[in-house]
Amino acid sequence: MLISKGEKIFNVINSIFLVLVALLCIAPMVYMLAVSLSDNAQVVAGNVSFWPKKFTLASYEYLVSLRSFWNSMLISVERVVISLIFTLVFTALTAYPLSKSSNKFLGRSFFAWYFFIPMLVNGGLIPTYLTISSLKLLGTIWALILPTSVVTFYVILMLNFFRGIPGEIEEAALIDGAGQWRILFTIYLPLSLPSLATIAVYCSLGQWNEWFQGIIYMNDPSQYPLMSYLQIAVLNVNLDELSPEEAAKLSQIGTQTYKAAQLFVAAIPMICVYPFLQKYFTKGLTLGSVKG
Amino acid sequence: MASRSKALNIQKKPLGKRFRESIPFYLMLLPGIIFVFIFNYFPLYGLKIAFYRFIPAKGLFGDQKWVGMQYFKEIFVNPDFTHALFNTVIISVWKLSLSIVIAIIFSILINELRSSKLKRTVQTIVYLPHFLSWVILAGVFMDLLSPEYGMINKLITALGGEPIFFLGSNQYFRGTLIVTDLWKEFGFNTIVYLAAITSIDPSLYESAVVDGANRFKQIWHITLPGMLPIILLMALLNIGSVMNANFDQVYNMYSPAVYETGDVLDTLVYRVGLVQANFSLSTAIGLFKSVISLILVGSSYGLAYKFAGYRIF
Repeated sequence: MLISKGEKIFNVINSIFLVLVALLCIAPMVYMLAVSLSDNAQVVAGNVSFWPKKFTLASYEYLVSLRSFWNSMLISVERVVISLIFTLVFTALTAYPLSKSSNKFLGRSFFAWYFFIPMLVNGGLIPTYLTISSLKLLGTIWALILPTSVVTFYVILMLNFFRGIPGEIEEAALIDGAGQWRILFTIYLPLSLPSLATIAVYCSLGQWNEWFQGIIYMNDPSQYPLMSYLQIAVLNVNLDELSPEEAAKLSQIGTQTYKAAQLFVAAIPMICVYPFLQKYFTKGLTLGSVKG
Repeated sequence: MASRSKALNIQKKPLGKRFRESIPFYLMLLPGIIFVFIFNYFPLYGLKIAFYRFIPAKGLFGDQKWVGMQYFKEIFVNPDFTHALFNTVIISVWKLSLSIVIAIIFSILINELRSSKLKRTVQTIVYLPHFLSWVILAGVFMDLLSPEYGMINKLITALGGEPIFFLGSNQYFRGTLIVTDLWKEFGFNTIVYLAAITSIDPSLYESAVVDGANRFKQIWHITLPGMLPIILLMALLNIGSVMNANFDQVYNMYSPAVYETGDVLDTLVYRVGLVQANFSLSTAIGLFKSVISLILVGSSYGLAYKFAGYRIF
């Protein structure tokens, strides 16, 4: 195939342009890393760009000994794991009946609406807060897990996947005497691993990054998951609330590099994990939005 | 039509049998029904506090004083509310419209990359910001945009300009919100458009090449028209989120100095409700927002169904 000169130039410019844009997307994280490895005085003087100035690991040494940071990270991990179990089980149990036709499942439309309406309306901040509080869930990790264990979006993803499984499989199993529970757990779920994986990806990303519920539902910073902890300890750092030793140590290292180190370490799990999950979230997005 | 429904009627099983066969389905749905009832439907009942002078100690079922529309009258004369409403709409309209245009441009440019290795690498990298929480990114931007030592302002002063307080000045705050949000999401937003481009019939391009169409003509006459249905769909669905100006981003980046241009409905609901502890007023503002949102989402789904055949279930 002949390529004209104009197209060649376009190819080169396009490639260079997109590489620059890609660099722009990682630039802020590279900057954070450089700041976290620099001497604080250099940072405050504005000398640090994408390479550390007066390289030091002081902020990381401090971070390693920072109990509250690692405690919050542990809470975040716990939250993601428990949420995954709840969400996957509930989503599968809800999506399977809704994937059947009204002819097989009496009342299907009613239940479909029942689960769809929460996508359109919700009580909003205060009524939801009052609900959680009257259930005595404030200050427990369940306040961060239970309210989002049935997400309509995931149910829709999953039921669309179930519908793609040929109905003959179910018919054959019914004739062989299998019940619906058995069909769901031994036939449908093993066939649905891609959609389960997609939901697992969305759920764990969402739970890891969620910070607001932690702040409003937890009573004490020692119960905060990592992002809530960062919101309070890094974005709104208040030196009055630190113990004298902590404050003295901090003034030695300097707050800028120490903040940068925390933000960077908190971002590492996402940065490491998301490239491998790409095929799943891509699938989920197109599965849900483009239909016939 | 008539004969078809008749045929369906013959196939339909008797009600009793359908009910019996549906029992396992009801059992499966039961946990979901209970959870959705508690965490989604019960809070709807809690919306009633917008119409009462709500005293938290008495609880949701307690004897609260009915005040009717008083809180709704209050919000419309409250300058904080009018600012927040205006800011919400203007910020999200800018974000939503620019995000579509930018995602379309980048999906076409990425698709035009000849080396598939480079293509994959670029895609992976531009998705990254989407996965980082606004808590982390707000921390990063506070540093980068700082008027004293931030890199951006160092660059501006090196070029002879005056340092700009991006996050603290009412002149720049909205623009900063819009640009940083576009930066975070543009890559991820290309996914749907790239998927639409891949589904275009390759034989169209082959015959265009035979007809002597160059790359630009192919983009204009094949790629763009091929993307049109999904562009239309995304535009329609976006209408539904006009009332959401991204609470996560605004909350983590704003400060009292920029409430005038940066405060949005969701942040106002939070401050009135949980900071000032005025539960009723906060709920009234939230309810106002939900009603408008419901109308917008409803019409966007309706239009998407009509024009793009979009169905949720």
